[in-house]
Amino acid sequence: MNPSQYPVLARRAGSHHGKQIARGERAQRGVPPDLLPAGRHPVRPLPDPSDWTFELIERYHAVIAATAARYGLDTYPNQLEVISAEQMMDAYASVGMPVGYRHWSYGKEFLATERRYRRGHMGLAYEIVINSNPCISYLMEENTTAMQALVIAHAAYGHNSFFKGNYLFGMWTDAGSIIDYLVFARDYVAQCEEKHGQDTVEQWLDSCHALATLGVDRYHRPSKKTLARERAEREQREAYAQQQVNELWRTLPARPDKDSAVPEHERFPKEPEENLLYFIEKNAPLLEPWQREIVRIVRKIAQYFYPQRQTQVMNEGWATFWHYTLLNTLYDEGWLTDGVMIEWLSSHTNVIHQPPAGHHAYSGINPYALGFSMYRDIRRICQSPTEEDRVWFPDMAGTPWLPALHHAMQNFKDESFIGQFLSPRLMRDMRLFAIHDDASKPELLVSAIHDEDGYRALRQTLSQQYDLGAREPNIQVWNVNLRGDRCLTLRHTPYQGRPLAEDALEVLKHTARLWGFGVRLETVKGDGDAPVLLHAVPAPAA
Amino acid sequence: MALQIIDRRLSGKNKSVGNRERFVRRYKQQIAEAVHRAISGRDIRHIEQAESITIPRKDIREPVFHHGPGGIRDTVHPGNSEHVRGDRIARPPGGAGGSGAQASDNGEAEDDFSFTLTKEEFMELFFEDLALPRLLRTHLGHTLQYKTRRAGYSHDGTPHNLALLRTMRGALGRRIALTKAPHRELQALQDALDALLAQDDGTSEAVAALRQCIDALTARIRKVAFLEPLDLRFRNRTKVPVPSSQAVMFCVMDVSGSMDQARKDLAKRFFILLYLFLTRHYEKIDIVFIRHHTQAAEVGEDEFFHSTESGGTVVSSALVLLEQIIRMRYPVADWNIYVAQASDGDNFASDGDNCRHLLAGSILPLVRYFAYVQVVPDEQNLWREYSQLAPLFSHFAMRKVSAPADIYPVFRDLFKKEGVSA
Repeated sequence: MNPSQYPVLARRAGSHHGKQIARGERAQRGVPPDLLPAGRHPVRPLPDPSDWTFELIERYHAVIAATAARYGLDTYPNQLEVISAEQMMDAYASVGMPVGYRHWSYGKEFLATERRYRRGHMGLAYEIVINSNPCISYLMEENTTAMQALVIAHAAYGHNSFFKGNYLFGMWTDAGSIIDYLVFARDYVAQCEEKHGQDTVEQWLDSCHALATLGVDRYHRPSKKTLARERAEREQREAYAQQQVNELWRTLPARPDKDSAVPEHERFPKEPEENLLYFIEKNAPLLEPWQREIVRIVRKIAQYFYPQRQTQVMNEGWATFWHYTLLNTLYDEGWLTDGVMIEWLSSHTNVIHQPPAGHHAYSGINPYALGFSMYRDIRRICQSPTEEDRVWFPDMAGTPWLPALHHAMQNFKDESFIGQFLSPRLMRDMRLFAIHDDASKPELLVSAIHDEDGYRALRQTLSQQYDLGAREPNIQVWNVNLRGDRCLTLRHTPYQGRPLAEDALEVLKHTARLWGFGVRLETVKGDGDAPVLLHAVPAPAA
Repeated sequence: MALQIIDRRLSGKNKSVGNRERFVRRYKQQIAEAVHRAISGRDIRHIEQAESITIPRKDIREPVFHHGPGGIRDTVHPGNSEHVRGDRIARPPGGAGGSGAQASDNGEAEDDFSFTLTKEEFMELFFEDLALPRLLRTHLGHTLQYKTRRAGYSHDGTPHNLALLRTMRGALGRRIALTKAPHRELQALQDALDALLAQDDGTSEAVAALRQCIDALTARIRKVAFLEPLDLRFRNRTKVPVPSSQAVMFCVMDVSGSMDQARKDLAKRFFILLYLFLTRHYEKIDIVFIRHHTQAAEVGEDEFFHSTESGGTVVSSALVLLEQIIRMRYPVADWNIYVAQASDGDNFASDGDNCRHLLAGSILPLVRYFAYVQVVPDEQNLWREYSQLAPLFSHFAMRKVSAPADIYPVFRDLFKKEGVSA
């Protein structure tokens, strides 16, 4: 077997390569400059009855897989699961995860989905794909053959290769162990419910969920542990963590010469901590071991979803680009009938439809449309660059398009991807314009439009729009009153003067439940300004 | 490329059932209220149906930190048709339109959250915390209920009950018992043979004889079967009778001329609730329907609810019949006996006293619980008579119902579980 002809297999053969690459910038190892030549063209296209069969799915999958390999798409092995509409609703309710611990909020999600679906307000998604190894894609029973082909190309090759290739996923998630971890989480929560009662566990989970978005390490890099190690360490951790915490809170008077007491002016933690759940797990004094473990579970799962929240445009755009490219290639080579083409193209156009601002259907930028257009644009810049492109993208214009595209997919997140690759041409095509909305002014200001003066500003504004740091409030653990009432102080640093929504007080109550003592939330307007107290919640009643 | 296709359609679709249960449990208060509201307005025939429940959205919100309105926002939108840089646009009302992205981010519709309770869940809530009072399960009724229990091992049985370990252990024991002595003998012969061979060339007669003996012994050992029918052991189960809580409910309804359509409807609603409750919660229960005007008759379920016969009122006729049936068919020692009576209380004047004596003297001592429901608000003859009994017998209860909406609360009140407030 000639490795250069089968780049996907070649790369997977040496799994240790993966780690090496993950460390530095991910290289486009084995990505061909352009589509590799096809083996043979079919005598007649694949049959296209509207009802699919397992045999047909396999045949469609085989040609899609072969074509994806010729494009150098590197994926986890695929596991396609055929499910019914009810099961799809189940999957929806548990945020797409195949297993999960029990909680009422998922029940609420399920009921809402079910109701909307039954009333016909909403069609179900055609697919759900899970970032696991093997990569699980759900095919809905109701789909036609053409739609199954679309889903396979979109999920099993588009999303799948994104999960495997993008640096955020490589850094933050371990596709191989996630299912095991979820099973562990489900069993652990069930055990806790048995031991401590459903209500107690439910309240605890409520509180953890309230802080889940702040239970993410934004700056550190996680260490990877196997499930077995994770489980073994849990036992030790439970015993040890309790000691550690107690050490911090020891009430014995300090002996002047032996114990070095904490100086009064020194804050704890010394540096502000962004991961609230982590801080609570490690430092809250009164938690039972099972409570700590649940905090950890919620935190780990939030962390697992963190890359998805940061790569919506890139991920959906990538999958959409590839189902479009793969299926078109198949058609050109004679695999698909016109009927299949018409059918998936109709869904495709629905998916990437972008109503203009002011239209009654407009609800912000469609991530599918933006992502798809950007990848198409990158291909265009590589293949037929204009003078403008050469000025804006000197490194990329005119180079082979597949490596450039893979590079763009692997090494960025939404924010930097847009900051790097949004071209003036696309801004003109989408007729983008930026609005400056200052709540203190009576009118909105159009700050930039798609013209020579506006390109850079537009690109920067749009890039910031996808910055999680700008979308979600910046709240960090600032201090704990070690010598007094153990009150926890959180500090909110507003972004562009945006205040917190009213829910903050409710969330603070949940925080107090987790912490076990009083919690204060303060906000700092400018750099040198004194903090202003927003809310204070007393210690929860024992 | 590795591929696995799995057909999951047949593996349970109700993965969310546990989550749904938790949701219903958490909002039980609100849901129960909605159920009570729904039931009072419902047509009696449709009582056993699913119900759509609505909960205010604010009650089920999960709070998280997010940005509120205010501050500075820079947003990018597609589809510019008329603006140039520096244009000023009037702020669209409600922050929608121009800043559409925000509207969809956190502008969840604030309408109420509604969903449909299944029929099962609905009935569950409907009859929650209700039970027949003082139900005893102390005796073995004649409709025996059995429980199977393990009872050692037996020599025969069906293959799926085969106790493998026990069987193999027996077989091993048998094999050892049957081959131990021959083995010992064989060993001795073998030793003798070896000794002979050491000084012989192996052709003498003694050697041949020994060899023959050894062969015979080996053949004998080999004949011992590894497993024989004798070894088989099967797990044995026996049936043990368990005490059952037999109960009988007498439904006594007044269909006299004074019961107009509205009153009859009230009484029937009450009995339908009772009927649903009993059939749903108790697998083994007899229900006896008695209908009376001047004469009482035991009738079938269908006739009880749908017949239109009418006449004057002699309540005692029903009580006499009730007592007769109890004495004939439901011995007190074996049965938990309950009576529910509904009437407008407008009894034949001299009969009231009679009724009271019948009840106090012969019926109340036999029954576990007697519930009387009067379907008119004012106090009638029978009510006054019965009121004298109430303080004397703790298992005698009486309530008044004047509108369909009252029925459910009264019903709950009469049959609430001990220790639960209605």
